[in-house]
Amino acid sequence: MINEIISMNGYGPYVWSAFMFTIVSFVSLYLVTKLQLLKEQKKYIAKFGSLSEAKTAVLREQKINREILLKSVITKI
Amino acid sequence: MFNFFNLGKLFQITSRSTKYVFILFIIVLTIGLSEALFLSPEDYKQSHSVRIMYVHVPAAWMALGIFSMMTFLSVGTFIFKNKKFYLVSKSLAPSGFIFNIIALITGSIWGKPTWGTWWAWDARITSMLILALFYFMYLLSWKIIENKNTVIKISSLIIIVGAINLPIIKFSVNWWNTLHQGPSLKIMGETTIHSSMLIPLGIMTAAFALFSLLIFLMKFNTEMIRIKNKGLDRL
Repeated sequence: MINEIISMNGYGPYVWSAFMFTIVSFVSLYLVTKLQLLKEQKKYIAKFGSLSEAKTAVLREQKINREILLKSVITKI
Repeated sequence: MFNFFNLGKLFQITSRSTKYVFILFIIVLTIGLSEALFLSPEDYKQSHSVRIMYVHVPAAWMALGIFSMMTFLSVGTFIFKNKKFYLVSKSLAPSGFIFNIIALITGSIWGKPTWGTWWAWDARITSMLILALFYFMYLLSWKIIENKNTVIKISSLIIIVGAINLPIIKFSVNWWNTLHQGPSLKIMGETTIHSSMLIPLGIMTAAFALFSLLIFLMKFNTEMIRIKNKGLDRL
C-alpha cells in the first residue's frame, strides 16, 4: 500500500518532487517575509525607545503607531 | 474616494487578520493535498502524473491573476498618483513571482513523463518564462533604484509593458501549434474536466489564493512599518 503511494506506477519521483518543490517554495517565502517583518518591527521599537517622552506621547495618539507597538509586544510574547 | 484606504485603519485590519488567514490556509492546504495526492483518481492516459496538475495549474493561474491586478494598480498609480496603489502592488509581487517559478518548474517536471522532455521553446512555456522575467525586473527595480519617485514610475512601467504578454500567454495555445494542451476549463463553454478532478483543483486553487493573501498581508505590514521607521528618522 505505502509502496504503491510512493511509486505511483513509476510516476512517484515526478509527482513527489513537484509537490515537494511547491511546499519548499511556500515555506521559504513565508520565512523570508516573516523575518523581514520582524526586522522592521525590531527597528521600529529601537527607534521608538530612543525618543523623548513628549515625542512618544504624540506618536501614541496615531492609531497606526499604537497598532505597531501592540503587534511588536504580541510577537515578543 | 480613497478615504476607505486610511493607512492606520488598513494596518489594523492587515495586522490582525494575518493569523486567521494562516490558520485557514493550513486547513485548506491539508484538505487540498489529501485530495490531490491520495483521493482523486488517476488519469486513464497520464496515470498518476496528472496529480502534478494540482500544483502546476493553480500556480500558473495565480501568477497571471496577480500580474493582472498589478497592471490595474500600476495604471492607477499613474492616473490617481496614490501611494497606496504601489504599496499594494509591491506587496503582491513576491508571491506572484514564486507562483510563476512554481508553474515553470512543476511544468518542466510534468513535461518529462508526458512529452519526453524537461523543456521546449513552446509558445506557452516561453511566454510564461517572459512573465517571470518581468516579475524579476519589477522586484529588482525596487532593490537597485533608490529615488522613491523614480522607482514608482519605472516599476509601474515595467508592469504595464509586461501586461502585453498576458493575452499572449492566454491565447498562445490557440494562436500557435504548441506542445502545451489547450484549455480544459472554460468560463464561456463546456468544461472538459471531470468533477472528481475539478474539486481538488478548486481546493488547491483556494489554498494558493490564501497563501498569496497571507504573504500579501505580511509584506504590506512590513512596508507600512518601513514607512513609519523612515518617519521616525526625521523626528
